[in-house]
Amino acid sequence: MCLAVPLKITSIDGKRAVGEAGGLSQTLRVDFLPGLQPGDYVMVHAGFAIQKLTEEQAAENLAAIREALDAL
Amino acid sequence: MRFDTEFRRPQNAERALAALRELVRETGPIRLMEICGTHTMAIAKAGLRALLPEGLELISGPGCPVCVTPAGAIDWILRLSERPDVILASYGDLLRVPGSVRGDSLLRRRSLGAQVRTVYSPVEALALAAEHPDREVVFLGVGFETTAPGTAACLLEARERGLRNFSVLSLLKRTEPALRALVEAPDFAVDGFLCPGHVAAVTGAQAFAFLPREYRLPAVVAGFEPGDLLCAICRLADMVRRGEPALENEYTRVVTQEGNPAALAAIGCVFTPAAAVWRGLGEIPESGLAPGDAFSPWDAAKKFSFPAGSSAVETPGCRCGAVIRGVARPAECPLFGSVCTPADPVGPCMVSGEGACAAAYRYRNL
Repeated sequence: MCLAVPLKITSIDGKRAVGEAGGLSQTLRVDFLPGLQPGDYVMVHAGFAIQKLTEEQAAENLAAIREALDAL
Repeated sequence: MRFDTEFRRPQNAERALAALRELVRETGPIRLMEICGTHTMAIAKAGLRALLPEGLELISGPGCPVCVTPAGAIDWILRLSERPDVILASYGDLLRVPGSVRGDSLLRRRSLGAQVRTVYSPVEALALAAEHPDREVVFLGVGFETTAPGTAACLLEARERGLRNFSVLSLLKRTEPALRALVEAPDFAVDGFLCPGHVAAVTGAQAFAFLPREYRLPAVVAGFEPGDLLCAICRLADMVRRGEPALENEYTRVVTQEGNPAALAAIGCVFTPAAAVWRGLGEIPESGLAPGDAFSPWDAAKKFSFPAGSSAVETPGCRCGAVIRGVARPAECPLFGSVCTPADPVGPCMVSGEGACAAAYRYRNL
């Protein structure tokens, strides 16, 4: 139920947007993330973007996992 | 892009598993619970249980919102589907759940002529209402805090557009009251929680701070890739070893401390906490989300007189209730895999693709 997929925004029109992943596109709603731009990545659940993603955050997350394992 | 594949690398998994073997040697047996159906499936699909060292047990809790919907609610929905003026819309999983009569589900009713639509998003149900002004479109809103904001947005839009033939039957649930009920139950025996990453994307990681603060239970908000899950399990086991329970956030690429303020505002604007019945846990105060008075015209429970406290009638022999509480493993149910299979399910834990029994059955050889 709480599945969410990362999509790249290709266009935005008010609360409605189109996102793309692996060559497939999908309409989604961006009510909860003001200020998104085409090119941004978002996590989408049941047709609504719930959080913005950045490459930097993903890299930091990966580094944090490695650090946590190193510390054990 | 590295949002998922980078978190599946086997090197990290091997290091995590080696660390876990050491940790469990020190701590002795540990029981950890995941409380998100998507975690249940991710763990089963990656075959993590078979890789974990002996003594470390992963248990599935009440994380599948379809599974915790009581049979009494399904019975009422099935009766509603008999009305020729009603179109019901919901996520595919819910349509497969039988009520108190085995095999009687919305899918069966659809094959008999009832108007039942599978939707991916509540936005599609709203579009159906606009297309069919002569019909009542009822969206069966099931889910946790991840799903609630989108449902709230659709109710706000229905009011704004004056779509009076659209309504929502809110079966939405709140995580915290159910967790408290679970922890306070006499048969509770879990050493730490893997907290649901996408619920936390909305609520913020701090929504789980009560676990270490009030119950001295370690809690780690986790993502859904094998690397995420193994790292989170290591962090939980390490907190158990040190005897220092805390809340940690492993899923930092998606989850912040404070969550998504706009999504939380939408929930707060539309819904109020209300008592809800959970299969396996019974009625829990403030564990549901009911549309507030301003949204009464769009509240299917009021529009069609949904009975309050609809009972949790269980099928004889079915142990879904105990499985949902993490007290029984799927294989400990006498019906598992013989009478009850995904092709012919008895209880909701086998029906839902995210149910503990469906996951255990589908990936039983892993």
